[in-house]
Amino acid sequence: MALMRITSPHAHNKQSTSDVMRLVLLATLPGVLALTLAFGWGTIINILLASLFGLGLEALALAARKRPIAFYLNDYSVLVTAVLLAIALPPYSPWWILLTGMFFSIIVAKQLYGGLGYNPFNPAMVGYVVLLISFPMQMTTWVAPIELLPASVSIPSLWDSLLIALGLLQLPAVDGFTMATPLDLVRQNNALMIDDLQQQYTQFGRWGGTGWEWASIAFLIGGLFLMYRKIFTWHAPISMLIALAFLSAVFYDGGSSASIGTPAFQLLTGAAIFGAFFIVTDPVSSAVSNKGRIIYGAGIGILIFTIRKWGNYPDSVAFAVLLMNFAAPLIDHYTQPATYGHSKKSK
Amino acid sequence: MKKIWDVHGGIHPPENKSQSLSKAIVTAPIAPQLTLPLSQHIGAPAKAIVNIGDSVLKGQCIAEAVGPVSVPLHAPTSGTIVAIEQRTIPHASGLEDNCIVIESNGNDEWRERHPIADFRSLDKNMLIDIIRNAGISGMGGAGFPTSVKLDTRDDIAIDTLVLNATECEPYITADHSLMREYADDIATGVAILAKIIKPTKILFGIEDNKLDVVEGITAALAEHDFNTLTGLKTEAEVITFPTKYPSGGEKQLIQILTGKEVPSGGLPAELGIVCQNIGTAVAIKNAVCLDEPLISRITTVTGDAVNQPCNYEVLLGTPVEFLLAQSDYQANKSSRLIMGGPMMGFAVANTAVPIIKTTNCILAPTEQELPTPPPAQACIRCGMCAEACPASLLPQQLYWFAQGKELDKLEEHNIADCIECGACSYVCPSNIPLVQYYRASKVEIQQRKVDHQNAELAKERFEARQERLQRLEDEKIAARKARQAAAKLAAEQRGKEDERSVAVQAAVERVKAKKSQTETSTIPTATPVDSDDLVARAVAKRAAQQAEDAANPESKLIRAVESAQQRVTKSQARVVDAEASQDPNLAILKQAAEKAEAKLVATQQALNDFKEQNSAQE
Ligand code: SF4
Ligand code: SF4
Repeated sequence: MALMRITSPHAHNKQSTSDVMRLVLLATLPGVLALTLAFGWGTIINILLASLFGLGLEALALAARKRPIAFYLNDYSVLVTAVLLAIALPPYSPWWILLTGMFFSIIVAKQLYGGLGYNPFNPAMVGYVVLLISFPMQMTTWVAPIELLPASVSIPSLWDSLLIALGLLQLPAVDGFTMATPLDLVRQNNALMIDDLQQQYTQFGRWGGTGWEWASIAFLIGGLFLMYRKIFTWHAPISMLIALAFLSAVFYDGGSSASIGTPAFQLLTGAAIFGAFFIVTDPVSSAVSNKGRIIYGAGIGILIFTIRKWGNYPDSVAFAVLLMNFAAPLIDHYTQPATYGHSKKSK
Repeated sequence: MKKIWDVHGGIHPPENKSQSLSKAIVTAPIAPQLTLPLSQHIGAPAKAIVNIGDSVLKGQCIAEAVGPVSVPLHAPTSGTIVAIEQRTIPHASGLEDNCIVIESNGNDEWRERHPIADFRSLDKNMLIDIIRNAGISGMGGAGFPTSVKLDTRDDIAIDTLVLNATECEPYITADHSLMREYADDIATGVAILAKIIKPTKILFGIEDNKLDVVEGITAALAEHDFNTLTGLKTEAEVITFPTKYPSGGEKQLIQILTGKEVPSGGLPAELGIVCQNIGTAVAIKNAVCLDEPLISRITTVTGDAVNQPCNYEVLLGTPVEFLLAQSDYQANKSSRLIMGGPMMGFAVANTAVPIIKTTNCILAPTEQELPTPPPAQACIRCGMCAEACPASLLPQQLYWFAQGKELDKLEEHNIADCIECGACSYVCPSNIPLVQYYRASKVEIQQRKVDHQNAELAKERFEARQERLQRLEDEKIAARKARQAAAKLAAEQRGKEDERSVAVQAAVERVKAKKSQTETSTIPTATPVDSDDLVARAVAKRAAQQAEDAANPESKLIRAVESAQQRVTKSQARVVDAEASQDPNLAILKQAAEKAEAKLVATQQALNDFKEQNSAQE
């Protein structure tokens, strides 16, 4: 047998990028389950369609760029993007919303920049923001949590959900099937104390929004699992959550009508936890060093709160992430870790 | 328990050490032929001092050190020199280099040895000399000449001796088995080192996967009275720390044991630390106490493609294939042969390469054991590499810049501090051969530095030349002016002379007239006077010039330069013409031009030399 001449190291651990991506997919499962329990089959259909569109678009783009399709599809990155975008979108999103979103995620944000690893912006968030700006109506209409639906409304079956997404069936046009989200409520509120607000609207659950809080906790479990598996370090997600919680505490204002809720409410409502562990941790578009990631995460947390409180959009993870994507190279520049032998101590 | 520090990053690859530890060290038989590369260490290669056909005795010096950073080489066994030629050397490059080949005569007959009963009677310099003459270079890693490392400058106080018994690479157990079986020799080596460098602290670092040897080493060290050896209060301590690759890197080990970082680009000596491998300590002991130079070492032979993995005490120069055969090597099962460990070792080009002073392991893995790396995927910037890097670098950024050949950025990100440990490549989920990129980039940066230096040198030379030419030009102008002035003076004088000759002429005329009037036929006196005058004038001028030359030889040299300059201009013009007209004599003309140029340079040189001399005299 001819002796192979390759350079060191000769040993390699077994974890591949595909494994990493598969683990991320696995870690979304609890959250997806919780969302489905809370809001019905819509999220599952979102995921299904987004994945199909994503794979198709990625294959097309790879073919156009004359890259080996199977090799690149095998890295599972497109599925991760598809699942993340699908989770972020309102359940029962129509197919063309999903297609448009995936087009901007995969073709514009990823492949036009050179594919996986070269994208300066988080692809899923690019898709999300484009949709939010283009179709604000569809993007801000959320179905009500199942437990809040009037008894007369039946939840669409899996098959019906698919038909709804494909535009072959209408969403039940009953009053109460869609509802303002808790974040909408606190933002629009300017008359009631937070406590009263929470009394008045059933959308508020124990700590966060009804349905949302359990989904958030489920995503937290998935995220902690990934952290335990060393898929990412704690720096970015934890600093983001701390920043968000800190600002919510500072501006809680005793629960006045100007407040947008307790830190727990801020953390457990909307996409905060999901964003912290599945979006902010996207390594490609974030800062690289640990110190840099602390700054990056904190920046996102601050921006989320700022936009939630003073901005025009009820939830803001996507904007915050994209803005910090812009800042990432700058952060990198100023947070290069001290190399061995360069610390002041040794001089 | 002494405090230990943590190093950043690190990885925990499967250790695979037990395979080769089940047996005691085996003394390998003597191979029929031993191949000894002249360069087994860092520094200048040794120079052969034997000839083909010479017979040599075991331990006889066969190649001498060249310069201070170099080590000699000794015959590992008795026999005949059969070749001194280029052979494939055990190196990542797979290149050939000069080797001395000895055919063993089977007697293994030693040269005369002069064992020393008590090394304590020797002083530092004598000990260092012995170590140098025994051909000892670092046996753990790169192979830096040990005597150079020990011969620290007097202005740097060394207070710490670090013994590296980390052996953090998977598979390798050479140091481990050495400690198991040669604890006393190691301790004696340490004692000799202590006598040489007089440290106040001796730190013996062992990873906690070798706890079985700690007791033995501690006891062996206790046999020596280090206080007396150093004349100071010296504490020797065996320190264990958690197993983690690459704790055995010199810089990492120093950080673990002392908390200090070796400054970038600097040496441990700057921190008052000298670090030695324990294999080196044993070699020192053998050299000093037994008068046995470095001719053998402990080498681990392991991997799933050998049926009997174990550690060998093997003569340097033994072909790898010979050693593998002792371990029942299954060539058909092995996919590559690695000299060193799986993290930093290199794949050898063929099985005939010899064991050298730095060969701590021959690893013969099967494909299943160390699979061929799959094609690299995109870097997802996951940061796992940065988490693993013991030097706190950002390998993903380095990779990015290496791909873009952004050498400045690479330097800014301290690529020079990469120790090529391979931890980053090991963890990279995208299977990117990161270290390979860094090695290539380091070469490019080095090349650029060399180019830059060359360019600087050329620029300096060019500027110096320009300056010189300018100076010559100025001098020429000055000389011309001087000459013109002289000429003017001469002309004025000549004018006076002319006046005089006019007067003479007039007188002559008058005489003639008078003569013709008086019909006296006399030879006109003016003519001889005139001619005499011319000759005399020429003679006078030459004499004056000679006098001037003697008084001021510079002017002669300047003239030489000038005429050479003219010749150059002319010959170059001719070359240009010839080129234009495609003259068949072009080559000759060019030669002539070149010669003229050479002449010009020579004359200029002469002039410069003269000036320098002059100024020196002044
Ligand atoms: S480990 Fe590999 S994929 Fe991850 S950041 Fe480093 S180089 Fe990129
Ligand atoms: S090879 Fe260099 S960059 Fe990679 S981990 Fe080791 S020191 Fe860091």
